[in-house]
Amino acid sequence: MKRNLLPILTVTLAIIVMWYLACIPMNAVLTTPKIAAAGGGLANTLAYSWNEVRPVLPSPHQVAREIWNTVFAVAPWTIKSLVYHLWITLSSTLVGFIMGGLLGILLAISIVHTASLEKSLMPWVIASQTIPILAIAPMLIVVLGKTGLPDIFTKASISTYLCFFPVTIGMVKGLRSPDVMQQDLMRTYNANAAQTLWKLRLPASLPFLFASLKVSVAIALTGAIVAELPTGAVAGIGARLLNGSYYGNTLQIWAALFVAAFAAAMMVWLLSELEKQSLKRMGAKP
Amino acid sequence: MIRAVVTLLISSGLSILIALSFSRTNPPTGQDWALSFAFVICSWVAAWSASWVADLVLPKAQTRWLVPTIFGLGVIAAWEAYVRTSAIPVVLLPSPSEIAAKFVATLPILKADFVQTILRAVIPGWLMGSGAGFLAALVCDRNDFLRRGLLPLGNLVAALPIVGVAPILVMWFGFDWPSKAAMVVVMTFFPMLINTLAGLNASGQMERDLMRGYGADWFTTLIKLRLPAAMPFIFNALKINSTLAMIGAIVAEFFGTPIVGMGFRMSTEVGRQNLDMVWAEIAVAAISGSFFYGCLSLAERRVTFWHPSYRR
Repeated sequence: MKRNLLPILTVTLAIIVMWYLACIPMNAVLTTPKIAAAGGGLANTLAYSWNEVRPVLPSPHQVAREIWNTVFAVAPWTIKSLVYHLWITLSSTLVGFIMGGLLGILLAISIVHTASLEKSLMPWVIASQTIPILAIAPMLIVVLGKTGLPDIFTKASISTYLCFFPVTIGMVKGLRSPDVMQQDLMRTYNANAAQTLWKLRLPASLPFLFASLKVSVAIALTGAIVAELPTGAVAGIGARLLNGSYYGNTLQIWAALFVAAFAAAMMVWLLSELEKQSLKRMGAKP
Repeated sequence: MIRAVVTLLISSGLSILIALSFSRTNPPTGQDWALSFAFVICSWVAAWSASWVADLVLPKAQTRWLVPTIFGLGVIAAWEAYVRTSAIPVVLLPSPSEIAAKFVATLPILKADFVQTILRAVIPGWLMGSGAGFLAALVCDRNDFLRRGLLPLGNLVAALPIVGVAPILVMWFGFDWPSKAAMVVVMTFFPMLINTLAGLNASGQMERDLMRGYGADWFTTLIKLRLPAAMPFIFNALKINSTLAMIGAIVAEFFGTPIVGMGFRMSTEVGRQNLDMVWAEIAVAAISGSFFYGCLSLAERRVTFWHPSYRR
Protein backbone atom coordinates (compact mmCIF):
# COMPACT_ATOMS: atom_id res chain seq x y z
CA MET A 1 0.00 0.00 0.00
CA LYS A 2 2.75 2.46 0.97
CA ARG A 3 4.56 1.69 -2.26
CA ASN A 4 1.46 2.66 -4.21
CA LEU A 5 0.77 5.85 -2.28
CA LEU A 6 2.87 8.15 -4.44
CA PRO A 7 1.49 6.89 -7.79
CA ILE A 8 -2.10 7.07 -6.51
CA LEU A 9 -1.60 10.61 -5.23
CA THR A 10 0.01 11.62 -8.53
CA VAL A 11 -2.84 10.20 -10.59
CA THR A 12 -5.46 11.76 -8.30
CA LEU A 13 -3.70 15.12 -8.48
CA ALA A 14 -3.50 14.86 -12.28
CA ILE A 15 -7.24 14.15 -12.43
CA ILE A 16 -8.03 17.18 -10.25
CA VAL A 17 -5.80 19.43 -12.37
CA MET A 18 -7.42 18.14 -15.57
CA TRP A 19 -10.82 18.65 -13.99
CA TYR A 20 -10.05 22.31 -13.20
CA LEU A 21 -8.71 22.84 -16.72
CA ALA A 22 -11.74 21.14 -18.28
CA CYS A 23 -14.03 23.55 -16.43
CA ILE A 24 -12.81 26.43 -18.62
CA PRO A 25 -13.93 25.13 -22.06
CA MET A 26 -16.91 23.21 -20.67
CA ASN A 27 -18.41 26.28 -19.04
CA ALA A 28 -17.42 28.63 -21.88
CA VAL A 29 -21.02 28.75 -23.16
CA LEU A 30 -22.14 30.37 -19.94
CA THR A 31 -19.07 32.33 -18.96
CA THR A 32 -17.85 33.97 -22.19
CA PRO A 33 -20.18 36.99 -22.02
CA LYS A 34 -19.48 37.53 -18.33
CA ILE A 35 -15.73 37.34 -18.82
CA ALA A 36 -15.93 39.81 -21.68
CA ALA A 37 -18.04 42.14 -19.55
CA ALA A 38 -15.54 41.95 -16.72
CA GLY A 39 -12.73 42.98 -19.06
CA GLY A 40 -11.24 39.57 -19.94
CA GLY A 41 -7.86 38.44 -18.71
CA LEU A 42 -6.72 35.17 -17.13
CA ALA A 43 -7.82 36.02 -13.60
CA ASN A 44 -11.38 36.80 -14.68
CA THR A 45 -11.55 33.69 -16.89
CA LEU A 46 -10.58 31.45 -14.00
CA ALA A 47 -12.78 33.22 -11.50
CA TYR A 48 -15.88 32.91 -13.66
CA SER A 49 -15.22 29.40 -14.99
CA TRP A 50 -14.70 27.94 -11.54
CA ASN A 51 -17.54 29.72 -9.74
CA GLU A 52 -20.51 29.52 -12.10
CA VAL A 53 -23.80 29.18 -10.20
CA ARG A 54 -25.24 26.50 -12.50
CA PRO A 55 -22.14 25.20 -14.27
CA VAL A 56 -22.05 22.58 -17.01
CA LEU A 57 -19.08 21.11 -15.17
CA PRO A 58 -18.71 22.27 -11.58
CA SER A 59 -15.18 22.69 -10.26
CA PRO A 60 -13.96 20.38 -7.48
CA HIS A 61 -14.15 23.02 -4.76
CA GLN A 62 -17.74 23.80 -5.69
CA VAL A 63 -18.65 20.12 -5.33
CA ALA A 64 -16.80 19.98 -2.01
CA ARG A 65 -18.67 23.05 -0.77
CA GLU A 66 -22.02 21.59 -1.88
CA ILE A 67 -21.25 18.34 -0.03
CA TRP A 68 -20.28 20.33 3.07
CA ASN A 69 -23.49 22.36 2.85
CA THR A 70 -25.77 19.35 2.46
CA VAL A 71 -24.03 16.91 4.78
CA PHE A 72 -22.64 18.90 7.70
CA ALA A 73 -24.30 22.31 7.58
CA VAL A 74 -27.92 21.08 7.84
CA ALA A 75 -29.69 18.91 10.41
CA PRO A 76 -29.25 15.28 9.30
CA TRP A 77 -32.96 14.30 9.35
CA THR A 78 -34.37 17.01 7.13
CA ILE A 79 -35.20 16.65 3.45
CA LYS A 80 -32.35 19.00 2.52
CA SER A 81 -29.73 16.77 4.05
CA LEU A 82 -27.84 14.26 1.93
CA VAL A 83 -27.43 12.09 5.03
CA TYR A 84 -31.20 11.60 5.08
CA HIS A 85 -31.29 10.66 1.38
CA LEU A 86 -28.28 8.40 1.74
CA TRP A 87 -29.95 6.62 4.64
CA ILE A 88 -33.11 5.99 2.56
CA THR A 89 -31.00 4.46 -0.21
CA LEU A 90 -28.70 2.54 2.12
CA SER A 91 -31.56 0.94 4.04
CA SER A 92 -33.07 -0.59 0.91
CA THR A 93 -29.56 -1.50 -0.27
CA LEU A 94 -28.93 -3.42 2.93
CA VAL A 95 -32.30 -5.19 2.93
CA GLY A 96 -31.73 -6.24 -0.69
CA PHE A 97 -28.15 -7.23 0.02
CA ILE A 98 -29.14 -9.48 2.92
CA MET A 99 -32.04 -11.07 1.03
CA GLY A 100 -29.94 -11.57 -2.09
CA GLY A 101 -27.04 -12.99 -0.10
CA LEU A 102 -29.28 -15.48 1.68
CA LEU A 103 -31.02 -16.47 -1.56
CA GLY A 104 -27.65 -16.93 -3.26
CA ILE A 105 -26.31 -19.11 -0.45
CA LEU A 106 -29.50 -21.22 -0.39
CA LEU A 107 -29.39 -21.72 -4.16
CA ALA A 108 -25.72 -22.65 -4.04
CA ILE A 109 -26.29 -25.19 -1.24
CA SER A 110 -29.15 -26.86 -3.12
CA ILE A 111 -27.19 -26.85 -6.37
CA VAL A 112 -24.18 -28.46 -4.72
CA HIS A 113 -26.33 -31.17 -3.12
CA THR A 114 -28.60 -32.03 -6.06
CA ALA A 115 -26.87 -32.95 -9.29
CA SER A 116 -29.86 -32.43 -11.55
CA LEU A 117 -30.50 -28.94 -10.14
CA GLU A 118 -27.15 -27.87 -11.44
CA LYS A 119 -28.03 -28.96 -14.96
CA SER A 120 -31.55 -27.54 -14.96
CA LEU A 121 -31.22 -24.45 -12.79
CA MET A 122 -27.66 -23.25 -13.36
CA PRO A 123 -28.13 -22.26 -17.04
CA TRP A 124 -31.14 -20.17 -15.98
CA VAL A 125 -29.24 -18.55 -13.15
CA ILE A 126 -26.71 -17.43 -15.75
CA ALA A 127 -29.38 -16.49 -18.29
CA SER A 128 -31.13 -14.41 -15.63
CA GLN A 129 -28.21 -12.02 -15.69
CA THR A 130 -28.29 -11.42 -19.44
CA ILE A 131 -31.62 -9.67 -18.87
CA PRO A 132 -30.74 -6.08 -18.04
CA ILE A 133 -32.67 -6.08 -14.75
CA LEU A 134 -31.83 -2.46 -14.04
CA ALA A 135 -33.59 -1.62 -17.26
CA ILE A 136 -36.82 -3.32 -16.27
CA ALA A 137 -36.59 -2.04 -12.70
CA PRO A 138 -39.23 0.66 -13.22
CA MET A 139 -41.80 -1.90 -14.31
CA LEU A 140 -41.03 -4.20 -11.41
CA ILE A 141 -41.27 -1.27 -9.00
CA VAL A 142 -44.66 -0.20 -10.35
CA VAL A 143 -46.03 -3.75 -10.42
CA LEU A 144 -44.73 -4.69 -6.99
CA GLY A 145 -45.96 -1.37 -5.67
CA LYS A 146 -49.51 -2.44 -6.54
CA THR A 147 -49.25 -5.60 -4.45
CA GLY A 148 -49.21 -3.50 -1.27
CA LEU A 149 -45.80 -4.56 0.01
CA PRO A 150 -43.87 -1.91 1.96
CA ASP A 151 -41.92 0.45 -0.27
CA ILE A 152 -38.56 -0.66 1.02
CA PHE A 153 -39.13 -4.25 -0.08
CA THR A 154 -40.13 -3.32 -3.61
CA LYS A 155 -36.96 -1.27 -3.93
CA ALA A 156 -34.87 -3.95 -2.28
CA SER A 157 -36.15 -6.60 -4.70
CA ILE A 158 -34.02 -5.05 -7.46
CA SER A 159 -30.94 -5.24 -5.28
CA THR A 160 -31.85 -8.81 -4.34
CA TYR A 161 -32.04 -9.85 -7.97
CA LEU A 162 -28.66 -8.28 -8.68
CA CYS A 163 -27.04 -9.65 -5.52
CA PHE A 164 -27.92 -13.31 -5.61
CA PHE A 165 -26.02 -14.08 -8.82
CA PRO A 166 -22.41 -13.42 -7.75
CA VAL A 167 -23.10 -15.10 -4.42
CA THR A 168 -24.54 -18.22 -6.08
CA ILE A 169 -21.66 -18.52 -8.53
CA GLY A 170 -19.02 -17.88 -5.88
CA MET A 171 -20.59 -20.15 -3.29
CA VAL A 172 -21.03 -23.07 -5.72
CA LYS A 173 -17.32 -22.78 -6.37
CA GLY A 174 -16.54 -22.33 -2.70
CA LEU A 175 -18.68 -25.21 -1.44
CA ARG A 176 -16.88 -27.47 -3.91
CA SER A 177 -13.44 -26.18 -2.97
CA PRO A 178 -12.60 -28.81 -0.30
CA ASP A 179 -10.51 -31.45 -2.03
CA VAL A 180 -11.26 -35.16 -2.28
CA MET A 181 -8.98 -36.04 0.61
CA GLN A 182 -10.92 -33.85 3.06
CA GLN A 183 -14.25 -35.13 1.79
CA ASP A 184 -13.05 -38.71 2.23
CA LEU A 185 -12.03 -37.89 5.78
CA MET A 186 -15.56 -36.65 6.47
CA ARG A 187 -16.87 -39.91 5.05
CA THR A 188 -14.64 -42.01 7.29
CA TYR A 189 -16.03 -40.00 10.22
CA ASN A 190 -19.46 -41.18 8.99
CA ALA A 191 -20.57 -37.54 8.65
CA ASN A 192 -23.88 -36.96 6.91
CA ALA A 193 -24.49 -34.28 4.29
CA ALA A 194 -25.55 -31.65 6.82
CA GLN A 195 -22.49 -32.23 8.98
CA THR A 196 -20.17 -32.14 5.99
CA LEU A 197 -21.80 -28.90 4.92
CA TRP A 198 -21.54 -27.32 8.34
CA LYS A 199 -18.06 -28.50 9.36
CA LEU A 200 -16.24 -28.63 6.03
CA ARG A 201 -17.94 -27.01 3.08
CA LEU A 202 -19.16 -23.77 4.66
CA PRO A 203 -15.87 -22.90 6.40
CA ALA A 204 -13.98 -23.70 3.20
CA SER A 205 -16.24 -21.44 1.17
CA LEU A 206 -15.77 -18.33 3.33
CA PRO A 207 -13.08 -16.66 1.17
CA PHE A 208 -15.28 -17.17 -1.90
CA LEU A 209 -18.28 -15.82 0.00
CA PHE A 210 -16.51 -12.61 0.95
CA ALA A 211 -15.19 -12.04 -2.57
CA SER A 212 -18.76 -12.41 -3.90
CA LEU A 213 -20.25 -10.23 -1.17
CA LYS A 214 -17.91 -7.39 -2.04
CA VAL A 215 -19.11 -7.48 -5.64
CA SER A 216 -22.71 -7.84 -4.46
CA VAL A 217 -22.79 -4.90 -2.09
CA ALA A 218 -21.54 -2.57 -4.80
CA ILE A 219 -24.21 -3.62 -7.30
CA ALA A 220 -26.84 -3.63 -4.55
CA LEU A 221 -26.25 0.09 -4.11
CA THR A 222 -26.52 0.64 -7.86
CA GLY A 223 -29.76 -1.34 -7.87
CA ALA A 224 -31.20 0.69 -5.00
CA ILE A 225 -30.36 3.97 -6.76
CA VAL A 226 -31.93 2.90 -10.05
CA ALA A 227 -34.97 1.51 -8.21
CA GLU A 228 -35.64 5.00 -6.88
CA LEU A 229 -35.86 6.59 -10.31
CA PRO A 230 -39.41 5.52 -11.26
CA THR A 231 -41.11 6.04 -7.89
CA GLY A 232 -41.60 9.72 -8.54
CA ALA A 233 -38.28 10.81 -7.06
CA VAL A 234 -39.41 11.46 -3.49
CA ALA A 235 -36.34 10.64 -1.46
CA GLY A 236 -33.01 8.87 -1.81
CA ILE A 237 -29.85 9.30 -3.83
CA GLY A 238 -31.63 8.32 -7.05
CA ALA A 239 -34.26 10.97 -6.39
CA ARG A 240 -31.53 13.59 -5.94
CA LEU A 241 -30.02 12.58 -9.28
CA LEU A 242 -33.37 12.74 -11.07
CA ASN A 243 -34.32 16.05 -9.43
CA GLY A 244 -30.97 17.54 -10.29
CA SER A 245 -31.29 16.46 -13.90
CA TYR A 246 -34.84 17.89 -14.19
CA TYR A 247 -33.88 21.28 -12.83
CA GLY A 248 -30.38 21.44 -14.33
CA ASN A 249 -28.88 21.53 -10.84
CA THR A 250 -25.50 19.98 -11.63
CA LEU A 251 -24.03 20.65 -8.19
CA GLN A 252 -26.74 18.53 -6.60
CA ILE A 253 -26.02 15.64 -9.00
CA TRP A 254 -22.29 15.72 -8.39
CA ALA A 255 -22.67 15.95 -4.63
CA ALA A 256 -25.09 13.00 -4.61
CA LEU A 257 -22.71 11.00 -6.80
CA PHE A 258 -19.71 11.59 -4.57
CA VAL A 259 -21.63 10.76 -1.41
CA ALA A 260 -22.91 7.53 -3.02
CA ALA A 261 -19.38 6.68 -4.14
CA PHE A 262 -18.11 7.26 -0.62
CA ALA A 263 -20.84 5.00 0.79
CA ALA A 264 -19.99 2.24 -1.71
CA ALA A 265 -16.30 2.45 -0.87
CA MET A 266 -17.09 2.33 2.84
CA MET A 267 -19.26 -0.76 2.50
CA VAL A 268 -16.62 -2.60 0.47
CA TRP A 269 -14.01 -1.56 3.04
CA LEU A 270 -16.17 -2.79 5.92
CA LEU A 271 -16.63 -6.16 4.21
CA SER A 272 -12.92 -6.57 3.61
CA GLU A 273 -12.22 -5.76 7.28
CA LEU A 274 -14.81 -8.38 8.25
CA GLU A 275 -13.13 -10.80 5.86
CA LYS A 276 -9.73 -10.18 7.43
CA GLN A 277 -11.11 -10.72 10.94
CA SER A 278 -13.00 -13.91 10.13
CA LEU A 279 -10.12 -15.42 8.18
CA LYS A 280 -7.80 -14.60 11.06
CA ARG A 281 -10.18 -16.35 13.50
CA MET A 282 -10.11 -19.37 11.20
CA GLY A 283 -6.35 -19.48 11.35
CA ALA A 284 -5.40 -18.07 7.97
CA LYS A 285 -1.86 -16.79 7.69
CA PRO A 286 -1.74 -13.00 7.72
CA MET B 1 -34.04 -42.78 -10.84
CA ILE B 2 -37.01 -44.05 -8.85
CA ARG B 3 -37.05 -40.88 -6.79
CA ALA B 4 -37.08 -38.78 -9.97
CA VAL B 5 -39.93 -40.68 -11.56
CA VAL B 6 -41.98 -40.70 -8.36
CA THR B 7 -41.51 -36.93 -7.93
CA LEU B 8 -42.54 -36.39 -11.53
CA LEU B 9 -45.65 -38.58 -11.19
CA ILE B 10 -46.79 -37.07 -7.89
CA SER B 11 -46.26 -33.45 -8.89
CA SER B 12 -47.82 -33.77 -12.33
CA GLY B 13 -50.72 -35.74 -10.85
CA LEU B 14 -51.30 -32.99 -8.30
CA SER B 15 -51.13 -30.25 -10.94
CA ILE B 16 -53.65 -32.09 -13.14
CA LEU B 17 -55.96 -32.51 -10.15
CA ILE B 18 -55.78 -28.82 -9.30
CA ALA B 19 -56.24 -27.84 -12.95
CA LEU B 20 -59.37 -30.04 -13.11
CA SER B 21 -60.80 -28.46 -9.99
CA PHE B 22 -60.22 -25.06 -11.60
CA SER B 23 -62.00 -25.92 -14.81
CA ARG B 24 -65.15 -26.59 -12.78
CA THR B 25 -65.20 -23.07 -11.32
CA ASN B 26 -64.95 -21.39 -14.70
CA PRO B 27 -64.31 -18.46 -15.11
CA PRO B 28 -61.67 -18.11 -12.39
CA THR B 29 -62.61 -15.69 -9.64
CA GLY B 30 -59.28 -15.20 -7.92
CA GLN B 31 -60.84 -16.22 -4.59
CA ASP B 32 -58.83 -19.41 -4.20
CA TRP B 33 -55.36 -17.87 -4.42
CA ALA B 34 -53.90 -20.55 -2.14
CA LEU B 35 -54.93 -23.21 -4.63
CA SER B 36 -53.39 -21.40 -7.60
CA PHE B 37 -50.23 -20.85 -5.57
CA ALA B 38 -50.10 -24.58 -4.84
CA PHE B 39 -50.66 -25.14 -8.54
CA VAL B 40 -47.64 -23.00 -9.45
CA ILE B 41 -45.44 -24.90 -6.99
CA CYS B 42 -46.68 -28.30 -8.22
CA SER B 43 -46.21 -27.51 -11.89
CA TRP B 44 -42.78 -26.02 -11.25
CA VAL B 45 -41.72 -29.17 -9.40
CA ALA B 46 -43.18 -31.22 -12.27
CA ALA B 47 -41.12 -29.24 -14.80
CA TRP B 48 -38.02 -29.66 -12.72
CA SER B 49 -38.47 -33.39 -12.19
CA ALA B 50 -39.19 -33.83 -15.91
CA SER B 51 -35.80 -32.33 -16.65
CA TRP B 52 -34.38 -34.55 -13.90
CA VAL B 53 -35.77 -37.69 -15.55
CA ALA B 54 -34.58 -36.48 -18.96
CA ASP B 55 -31.12 -35.99 -17.48
CA LEU B 56 -31.06 -39.60 -16.23
CA VAL B 57 -32.62 -41.27 -19.27
CA LEU B 58 -31.17 -39.49 -22.30
CA PRO B 59 -27.61 -39.86 -23.61
CA LYS B 60 -25.17 -37.31 -22.26
CA ALA B 61 -24.64 -35.36 -25.50
CA GLN B 62 -28.29 -34.31 -25.66
CA THR B 63 -28.83 -33.38 -22.01
CA ARG B 64 -26.64 -30.28 -22.18
CA TRP B 65 -29.30 -28.44 -24.18
CA LEU B 66 -32.40 -30.48 -23.51
CA VAL B 67 -32.45 -30.39 -19.72
CA PRO B 68 -32.45 -26.60 -19.35
CA THR B 69 -34.89 -26.31 -22.29
CA ILE B 70 -37.42 -28.68 -20.71
CA PHE B 71 -37.02 -26.82 -17.44
CA GLY B 72 -37.55 -23.42 -19.10
CA LEU B 73 -40.58 -24.57 -21.07
CA GLY B 74 -42.03 -26.00 -17.86
CA VAL B 75 -41.62 -22.66 -16.09
CA ILE B 76 -43.29 -20.79 -18.97
CA ALA B 77 -46.15 -23.32 -18.98
CA ALA B 78 -46.59 -22.89 -15.23
CA TRP B 79 -46.63 -19.09 -15.68
CA GLU B 80 -49.29 -19.33 -18.40
CA ALA B 81 -51.36 -21.72 -16.31
CA TYR B 82 -51.07 -19.50 -13.25
CA VAL B 83 -52.28 -16.41 -15.11
CA ARG B 84 -55.21 -18.36 -16.58
CA THR B 85 -56.33 -19.83 -13.27
CA SER B 86 -55.72 -17.04 -10.78
CA ALA B 87 -57.60 -14.17 -12.49
CA ILE B 88 -54.59 -11.94 -11.86
CA PRO B 89 -55.23 -8.59 -13.60
CA VAL B 90 -53.27 -8.05 -16.82
CA VAL B 91 -51.78 -4.81 -15.46
CA LEU B 92 -49.92 -6.93 -12.91
CA LEU B 93 -48.79 -9.93 -14.94
CA PRO B 94 -49.67 -10.73 -18.56
CA SER B 95 -49.47 -14.35 -19.71
CA PRO B 96 -46.71 -15.54 -22.08
CA SER B 97 -49.22 -16.02 -24.90
CA GLU B 98 -50.42 -12.41 -24.61
CA ILE B 99 -46.82 -11.22 -24.62
CA ALA B 100 -46.04 -13.30 -27.70
CA ALA B 101 -49.10 -11.89 -29.49
CA LYS B 102 -48.08 -8.33 -28.61
CA PHE B 103 -44.52 -9.08 -29.74
CA VAL B 104 -45.70 -10.13 -33.20
CA ALA B 105 -48.20 -7.28 -33.47
CA THR B 106 -45.71 -4.53 -32.65
CA LEU B 107 -42.67 -5.78 -34.55
CA PRO B 108 -42.00 -2.45 -36.37
CA ILE B 109 -41.93 -0.47 -33.10
CA LEU B 110 -39.73 -3.08 -31.46
CA LYS B 111 -37.38 -2.96 -34.43
CA ALA B 112 -37.08 0.84 -34.27
CA ASP B 113 -36.32 0.63 -30.55
CA PHE B 114 -33.80 -2.12 -31.17
CA VAL B 115 -31.98 0.00 -33.77
CA GLN B 116 -31.98 3.08 -31.54
CA THR B 117 -30.80 1.39 -28.36
CA ILE B 118 -28.78 -1.64 -29.39
CA LEU B 119 -27.28 -0.74 -32.77
CA ARG B 120 -26.69 2.98 -32.12
CA ALA B 121 -25.81 3.07 -28.43
CA VAL B 122 -24.90 -0.33 -27.03
CA ILE B 123 -22.65 -1.76 -29.73
CA PRO B 124 -20.60 1.37 -30.63
CA GLY B 125 -20.27 2.26 -26.94
CA TRP B 126 -19.27 -1.28 -26.05
CA LEU B 127 -16.63 -1.33 -28.81
CA MET B 128 -15.23 2.08 -27.87
CA GLY B 129 -15.26 1.50 -24.11
CA SER B 130 -13.69 -1.95 -24.32
CA GLY B 131 -11.16 -0.75 -26.91
CA ALA B 132 -10.18 2.25 -24.80
CA GLY B 133 -9.86 0.09 -21.70
CA PHE B 134 -7.67 -2.35 -23.60
CA LEU B 135 -5.38 0.41 -24.92
CA ALA B 136 -5.18 2.01 -21.47
CA ALA B 137 -4.14 -1.37 -20.07
CA LEU B 138 -1.34 -1.62 -22.67
CA VAL B 139 -0.12 1.88 -21.74
CA CYS B 140 -0.25 0.97 -18.05
CA ASP B 141 1.69 -2.18 -18.79
CA ARG B 142 4.53 -0.16 -20.29
CA ASN B 143 4.50 2.38 -17.49
CA ASP B 144 4.62 0.82 -14.04
CA PHE B 145 4.15 4.15 -12.22
CA LEU B 146 0.88 4.74 -14.08
CA ARG B 147 -0.23 1.16 -13.40
CA ARG B 148 0.33 1.46 -9.67
CA GLY B 149 -1.62 4.71 -9.68
CA LEU B 150 -4.50 3.69 -11.94
CA LEU B 151 -5.15 0.13 -10.76
CA PRO B 152 -6.35 0.95 -7.20
CA LEU B 153 -8.38 3.79 -8.67
CA GLY B 154 -9.90 1.42 -11.22
CA ASN B 155 -10.79 -1.06 -8.49
CA LEU B 156 -12.46 1.76 -6.58
CA VAL B 157 -14.41 2.95 -9.61
CA ALA B 158 -15.57 -0.61 -10.29
CA ALA B 159 -17.35 -0.54 -6.92
CA LEU B 160 -19.05 2.80 -7.54
CA PRO B 161 -22.63 3.25 -8.73
CA ILE B 162 -21.55 4.46 -12.17
CA VAL B 163 -25.10 4.61 -13.56
CA GLY B 164 -25.39 7.79 -11.53
CA VAL B 165 -23.29 9.57 -14.14
CA ALA B 166 -26.16 9.16 -16.62
CA PRO B 167 -27.89 12.50 -15.92
CA ILE B 168 -24.59 14.36 -16.33
CA LEU B 169 -23.85 12.67 -19.64
CA VAL B 170 -27.37 13.35 -20.91
CA MET B 171 -26.79 17.00 -20.04
CA TRP B 172 -23.49 17.07 -21.91
CA PHE B 173 -24.20 15.03 -25.01
CA GLY B 174 -27.87 15.76 -25.58
CA PHE B 175 -30.98 13.58 -25.57
CA ASP B 176 -30.19 11.40 -28.59
CA TRP B 177 -28.02 8.30 -28.82
CA PRO B 178 -24.56 9.94 -28.32
CA SER B 179 -25.22 10.42 -24.61
CA LYS B 180 -26.27 6.76 -24.32
CA ALA B 181 -23.18 5.57 -26.17
CA ALA B 182 -21.04 7.77 -23.89
CA MET B 183 -22.70 6.16 -20.87
CA VAL B 184 -21.83 2.72 -22.24
CA VAL B 185 -18.22 3.83 -22.79
CA VAL B 186 -17.92 5.02 -19.19
CA MET B 187 -19.43 1.81 -17.85
CA THR B 188 -17.31 -0.58 -19.89
CA PHE B 189 -13.92 1.14 -19.61
CA PHE B 190 -12.81 0.09 -16.13
CA PRO B 191 -13.82 -3.60 -16.18
CA MET B 192 -11.79 -3.97 -19.37
CA LEU B 193 -8.80 -2.10 -17.91
CA ILE B 194 -8.71 -4.19 -14.74
CA ASN B 195 -9.23 -7.53 -16.47
CA THR B 196 -6.69 -6.88 -19.23
CA LEU B 197 -4.07 -5.86 -16.68
CA ALA B 198 -4.74 -9.03 -14.70
CA GLY B 199 -4.56 -11.04 -17.92
CA LEU B 200 -1.28 -9.53 -19.04
CA ASN B 201 0.25 -10.75 -15.80
CA ALA B 202 -1.21 -14.23 -16.22
CA SER B 203 1.66 -15.69 -18.24
CA GLY B 204 4.21 -17.50 -16.12
CA GLN B 205 7.67 -16.22 -15.24
CA MET B 206 9.22 -19.26 -16.93
CA GLU B 207 7.59 -18.52 -20.29
CA ARG B 208 8.58 -14.87 -20.06
CA ASP B 209 12.16 -15.84 -19.35
CA LEU B 210 12.04 -18.10 -22.37
CA MET B 211 10.89 -15.18 -24.53
CA ARG B 212 13.73 -13.10 -23.15
CA GLY B 213 16.07 -15.97 -23.94
CA TYR B 214 14.87 -15.79 -27.55
CA GLY B 215 15.77 -12.09 -27.55
CA ALA B 216 12.12 -11.07 -28.12
CA ASP B 217 11.28 -7.41 -27.52
CA TRP B 218 8.23 -6.13 -25.60
CA PHE B 219 5.98 -6.09 -28.66
CA THR B 220 6.83 -9.62 -29.82
CA THR B 221 6.43 -10.97 -26.30
CA LEU B 222 3.06 -9.24 -26.13
CA ILE B 223 1.79 -10.71 -29.42
CA LYS B 224 3.21 -14.20 -29.07
CA LEU B 225 2.87 -14.87 -25.37
CA ARG B 226 1.12 -12.38 -23.14
CA LEU B 227 -1.94 -11.46 -25.23
CA PRO B 228 -2.88 -15.09 -25.91
CA ALA B 229 -2.46 -15.81 -22.19
CA ALA B 230 -4.61 -12.77 -21.39
CA MET B 231 -7.44 -13.80 -23.71
CA PRO B 232 -9.58 -15.62 -21.09
CA PHE B 233 -9.49 -12.48 -18.94
CA ILE B 234 -10.27 -10.22 -21.89
CA PHE B 235 -13.25 -12.34 -22.88
CA ASN B 236 -14.43 -12.32 -19.30
CA ALA B 237 -14.40 -8.51 -19.41
CA LEU B 238 -16.18 -8.48 -22.79
CA LYS B 239 -18.93 -10.68 -21.34
CA ILE B 240 -19.33 -8.56 -18.22
CA ASN B 241 -19.38 -5.48 -20.44
CA SER B 242 -22.07 -6.89 -22.74
CA THR B 243 -24.54 -6.85 -19.81
CA LEU B 244 -23.26 -3.55 -18.45
CA ALA B 245 -23.63 -1.95 -21.88
CA MET B 246 -27.32 -2.89 -22.12
CA ILE B 247 -27.96 -1.57 -18.62
CA GLY B 248 -26.07 1.66 -19.26
CA ALA B 249 -27.86 2.46 -22.50
CA ILE B 250 -31.33 1.70 -21.17
CA VAL B 251 -30.88 3.48 -17.84
CA ALA B 252 -29.50 6.57 -19.60
CA GLU B 253 -32.76 6.69 -21.55
CA PHE B 254 -34.68 7.23 -18.31
CA PHE B 255 -33.00 10.63 -17.97
CA GLY B 256 -34.14 12.05 -21.27
CA THR B 257 -34.51 10.62 -24.74
CA PRO B 258 -36.14 11.14 -28.14
CA ILE B 259 -39.42 9.25 -28.52
CA VAL B 260 -37.78 5.99 -29.54
CA GLY B 261 -35.64 3.47 -27.68
CA MET B 262 -36.15 0.50 -25.39
CA GLY B 263 -35.76 2.38 -22.11
CA PHE B 264 -38.12 5.12 -23.27
CA ARG B 265 -40.72 2.60 -24.41
CA MET B 266 -40.58 0.66 -21.16
CA SER B 267 -40.98 3.71 -18.95
CA THR B 268 -43.86 5.19 -20.98
CA GLU B 269 -45.73 1.90 -21.45
CA VAL B 270 -45.54 1.23 -17.72
CA GLY B 271 -47.20 4.60 -17.25
CA ARG B 272 -49.94 3.62 -19.71
CA GLN B 273 -50.33 0.24 -17.98
CA ASN B 274 -49.54 -1.69 -21.17
CA LEU B 275 -47.60 -4.36 -19.36
CA ASP B 276 -47.66 -6.76 -22.31
CA MET B 277 -45.76 -4.19 -24.39
CA VAL B 278 -43.19 -3.81 -21.63
CA TRP B 279 -42.74 -7.56 -21.47
CA ALA B 280 -42.34 -7.71 -25.25
CA GLU B 281 -39.58 -5.10 -24.87
CA ILE B 282 -38.01 -7.18 -22.11
CA ALA B 283 -38.14 -10.18 -24.44
CA VAL B 284 -36.22 -8.17 -27.05
CA ALA B 285 -33.65 -7.19 -24.43
CA ALA B 286 -33.34 -10.77 -23.18
CA ILE B 287 -33.05 -12.25 -26.67
CA SER B 288 -30.49 -9.74 -27.90
CA GLY B 289 -28.58 -9.95 -24.60
CA SER B 290 -28.42 -13.74 -24.75
CA PHE B 291 -27.49 -13.64 -28.44
CA PHE B 292 -24.70 -11.15 -27.72
CA TYR B 293 -23.46 -13.33 -24.87
CA GLY B 294 -23.71 -16.50 -26.96
CA CYS B 295 -21.67 -14.99 -29.81
CA LEU B 296 -18.99 -13.97 -27.32
CA SER B 297 -18.92 -17.48 -25.83
CA LEU B 298 -18.49 -18.98 -29.30
CA ALA B 299 -15.68 -16.58 -30.15
CA GLU B 300 -14.07 -17.33 -26.80
CA ARG B 301 -14.13 -21.05 -27.58
CA ARG B 302 -12.44 -20.42 -30.90
CA VAL B 303 -9.77 -18.12 -29.50
CA THR B 304 -9.00 -19.84 -26.19
CA PHE B 305 -9.49 -23.44 -27.30
CA TRP B 306 -6.39 -24.36 -25.29
CA HIS B 307 -7.90 -23.33 -21.96
CA PRO B 308 -8.43 -26.17 -19.41
CA SER B 309 -12.15 -25.43 -19.05
CA TYR B 310 -12.75 -26.52 -22.67
CA ARG B 311 -10.76 -29.74 -22.50
CA ARG B 312 -12.77 -32.92 -22.66
